[in-house]
Amino acid sequence: MLNNNLTVSPAPHIRSGMTTQKIMYIVICSLLPAGLAGVYIFGLSSLKVILISIIACVISEVIFLVLRNKDPKTILDGSAILTGLLLAYNLPPGVPFWIPVVGGVVSIMLGKQIFGGLGHNIFNPALVGRAFLQISWPVYMTTWKNPRWALDAVSTATPLAREGARSFTYMDLFLGNHGGCIGEVCIVLLLAGALILLFMKIISFHIPASFIGTVMLLVWIFGGNEFFQGDFLFHLLAGGLVLGAFFMATDYVTRPLTKKGKIIFGIGCGVLTVVIRLKGSYPEGVSYAILFMNAVVPLIDRHTKTKVYGAQTGKASPA
Amino acid sequence: MKKLLQEFSKGIFMENPTFRLALGLCPTLAVSTSVVNGLGMGVAATFVIVGSNVIISAIRNFIPGKIRIPCFIVIIATFVTIVELIMKAFLPALSNSLGIFVPLIVVNCIVLGRAEAFASRHGIVKSIFDGLGMGVGFTAALVIISAIREILGNGTIVGLMVARSFEPALLFILAPGALLVIGLLMGGINFLSEKK
Repeated sequence: MLNNNLTVSPAPHIRSGMTTQKIMYIVICSLLPAGLAGVYIFGLSSLKVILISIIACVISEVIFLVLRNKDPKTILDGSAILTGLLLAYNLPPGVPFWIPVVGGVVSIMLGKQIFGGLGHNIFNPALVGRAFLQISWPVYMTTWKNPRWALDAVSTATPLAREGARSFTYMDLFLGNHGGCIGEVCIVLLLAGALILLFMKIISFHIPASFIGTVMLLVWIFGGNEFFQGDFLFHLLAGGLVLGAFFMATDYVTRPLTKKGKIIFGIGCGVLTVVIRLKGSYPEGVSYAILFMNAVVPLIDRHTKTKVYGAQTGKASPA
Repeated sequence: MKKLLQEFSKGIFMENPTFRLALGLCPTLAVSTSVVNGLGMGVAATFVIVGSNVIISAIRNFIPGKIRIPCFIVIIATFVTIVELIMKAFLPALSNSLGIFVPLIVVNCIVLGRAEAFASRHGIVKSIFDGLGMGVGFTAALVIISAIREILGNGTIVGLMVARSFEPALLFILAPGALLVIGLLMGGINFLSEKK
């Protein structure tokens, strides 16, 4: 009878109990406060965008799972919901209802399922959807809504787009009282969510720290009229840098594996963001920077591979 | 006769230059923004392929092996020049919108590929059918791709509006749209032909 209590199994013998599903739902929860703040700031139309985006992602995920003969129950892992949520956070609040629908379908189909589903995608699905929408319908994707506290009824641009006439205090930017995408405006709640993720060790500090640090350093040096006069706080607080660095660049599937690789990845994202923001024709470059660096992740991984203990590297030295 | 028809149809289905051999993708990506452009490019390329196939196949025994590529290029360039001048004279609008990609047919992989792989080894009649097949296959691929891109990216088909309330996705007119459409079509065709 004793034999029944013995099991023979290969390593690992101690498991953390942290499943994909759990991680996904924790990330979703940590994102919720910032989204609710966005709904509060821009009104109920942004809630509509968020819900449509999530529903579109979930439905297209189910359809593609069935088409690919996979178990549609894997929808419960929450990855499609997270994609939908992140996509909506990257959209302006007043977009027509079909924009998040198209975005959700493109995210799931072209961003994820074409490559083989969760774990096989090269690019962050939500950002694929956003890039598709941004290129396809630039007018809708750059029409911003006023925050509820704004006095003038003129529709505002994202603060990054009109640096000349700056009418925002740092506090406005920090709390989210400015035009922008639904989920990116309320920096304080995004940071709170990010702290939860860092504290629970869902994400490590390497990518966000190197990403944001690089952006701030380069903006400080090159962003002003003269060297070392750039307004780096403004570039941190305006736009999607915080959302991108903490919640999208750290996506498990599309980031490098090693610490060294993550730092290289973060620096690359930072450099590209600054180049696009200061020199490119788009006001915001976080999403394209992350997508671009996603493409180089396999190269980074190859060159930062950790040495296998006891393995011979290079030529064996003659005895 | 059956053999000749085989040479013709292989260029359209089994060895379609765009979807199966993945040759000549540069002009395919560049000019497939509207059906008119795609059709013009396809017809021009077909003329060049057939013409060069005939001449190369006729003189294949006189071309020394070591300098065959320069010889092919000279022959191909001759036909491209004919096409270019005719197009400029009679279809100036099309010539303008195709731009540099008409002279670039000289270095199109499909034309050189057929010269090297087929015309320099087969008789004239066979080479004509091979060139026709390849040309029609290329034209068909271009028309399919450009129809999809024009409908989705511009909301029109051959210049006619598809639906009033449809807001075209600019992406399909730009380069990423071309890559997406070609990739998805290739994937779909591979999937269907594997199923058989």
